[in-house]
Amino acid sequence: MSDGRQKHNRAWWLVLPVVVSVAFTAIIPLMTVVNYSVQDIFSPFDRIFVGLDWFRDVARDPEVRGALVRTLIFSAQVLLIEIPLGVLIAVCMPRRGWTVSVALVLVALPLLIPWNVVGTIWQIFARGDIGLGGWAVNKVVNFNYTLDSADAWITVLAMDVWHWTPLVVLLAYAGLRSIPDPYFQAAQIDGASAWATFRHIQLPRLRGVLTIAILLRFMDSFMIYTEPFVVTGGGPGNATSFLSILLSKIAVGQFDLGPAGAFSLLYFLIVQIVCYVFFTVLTRSGR
Amino acid sequence: MLYELVALILDGVSVRQGGQTWLDRVDLEFLDGLTTLIGPLGAGKTTLMRVAAGLRSPTTGRILVDGKDVSSVSVRKRSVAFVYQQFINYPSLTVYDNIASPLRSLPREQADARVREVAELMGLGEFLRRRPAELSGGQQQRTAIARALARPVDVLLLDEPLANLDYKLREQLRADLKTMFSGSRGVVVYSTADPAEALTFAAPTVVLGKGQVLHVGSVTEMYARPPTLEVARTLSDPPLNLLPGVVRDGRIECLGASFPAPRAHESGRAVRLGVHPHQVAISRSRAEQLAFPAEIRLAEVTGSATFLHLMLADDLHLVAHLEGTQVFEPGERTTAYVDPAHVFVFSDNGELLAASATEVDLHG
Repeated sequence: MSDGRQKHNRAWWLVLPVVVSVAFTAIIPLMTVVNYSVQDIFSPFDRIFVGLDWFRDVARDPEVRGALVRTLIFSAQVLLIEIPLGVLIAVCMPRRGWTVSVALVLVALPLLIPWNVVGTIWQIFARGDIGLGGWAVNKVVNFNYTLDSADAWITVLAMDVWHWTPLVVLLAYAGLRSIPDPYFQAAQIDGASAWATFRHIQLPRLRGVLTIAILLRFMDSFMIYTEPFVVTGGGPGNATSFLSILLSKIAVGQFDLGPAGAFSLLYFLIVQIVCYVFFTVLTRSGR
Repeated sequence: MLYELVALILDGVSVRQGGQTWLDRVDLEFLDGLTTLIGPLGAGKTTLMRVAAGLRSPTTGRILVDGKDVSSVSVRKRSVAFVYQQFINYPSLTVYDNIASPLRSLPREQADARVREVAELMGLGEFLRRRPAELSGGQQQRTAIARALARPVDVLLLDEPLANLDYKLREQLRADLKTMFSGSRGVVVYSTADPAEALTFAAPTVVLGKGQVLHVGSVTEMYARPPTLEVARTLSDPPLNLLPGVVRDGRIECLGASFPAPRAHESGRAVRLGVHPHQVAISRSRAEQLAFPAEIRLAEVTGSATFLHLMLADDLHLVAHLEGTQVFEPGERTTAYVDPAHVFVFSDNGELLAASATEVDLHG
């Protein structure tokens, strides 16, 4: 038995490149953050070990709590809007013919634009004075995202929906295309309504891609930074100050590396836990 | 309950798409009861079934059910059921709900009784609470067939329902289906590419090839006296052996052997000789048998049979279907014997010129 195991020891060499690259890209940076999070650093040569004090401080900080609640609400709204909307658009997309490529290109366009450019586009687009969107909305209701908290929130949310719903559409469309035609024909023969066809054929077959879409959209929206940073800078006040914006303010703005390290680790933990819960619930409910 | 006899008629039906002809002026009449539709891959079986069901409309021609033109009636309003080669069920519904799905118009108790009756018939009684993903392929297809049988319909179409099942399940389900169809009412069309299925059902059979009807009739008669080479090929598995022949002085010569021509033909005429693999032997049993020296290329043993691949000349191969397990060495020399009474003589363009009337026993 032991000699049987001996033979395969050489296989470890094959794993080594991965271990090394993961160490440099993930493990060592993460451990650096852990290192910061338990020390109070005044200069590279002057540091004090403080234990879990920073974690306690960050967890009790009302500003962090406010940002956490805002980010959670934002992610929930993003999922509630983008997932159904994405599936709806995917169901309405043509299934064959030349219109397929036209529709795909049109839908995928927002995905091709760099994040900070998206922010710049919307910053101008939503302005009441020179932006087409802001000007049009101003004809109906008074709208100014630089002054009004709700307007700023709506602007950031609309921007995220515009930017990322196409991803859900593409995933859902690919899932729908993989359903063999006979399923739809069988439903036709049964005289099933469009809703019944969606509920009993399309939706169950979309489970896999929707699980991925929900996880991706949650993680991305929970970590949103660039677009609100460009459009609102977290304001007005702290209306659109999400976790990542607050974090970068602490880490890069104030250079408080200890609290920022503790903040990052808690942030990381929350993303992990929520993703785990989503994944478990979504894969279990199918059985 | 009394049912009226229904008939499904295809009247000059053609289907063309993208410069390709899938069905070419098909005239067919399917009567009450089972009809088998056989043809190789790409013969147009699925297209014909889909047109008959109303899932696609023919380019030209009409579909009549019970004397009424239904060509423009939506599939939702027709009385049809369809079983696919793939196992098509509602993935999120249980077996029970799947079978009940076409019965929504019935009162609850009646639908329940019907579901249980059909499930019992298909041997699904104990799986009613499961979902399709928790069933084996055979059970999934049984569910799909049960769903099609649940509601009495005018036209039941089964498009190669057993093609995706493994050998054992296929044989079992084939036998079950045969008993089931014998008691059913309405038009049942069963398409297959497998001659064994068509011969097992022994029902009126339509042979389809390249979008055209090649022949209609009794499958057993067709097997014994194939009217054309195409029909003989479609009905032969393993593939029909073909040898070149020439008529000379009232005899047909083939690779050095000859036998009396069954009918008078002009001398010098080229013919093609068709021989079923199970009619090729490697030991002489009758003096009249034609003898062909051959080299053994390969012996495929299935257990109950041995398929011996022989090479007669450079481009001439012959397959012999022998009983039982027999061992041969590739490269060995042997002699293949063929009884002229079991040779089909086809003309150059594939018309049957002569077939022995003695070949009516259909074993193997």
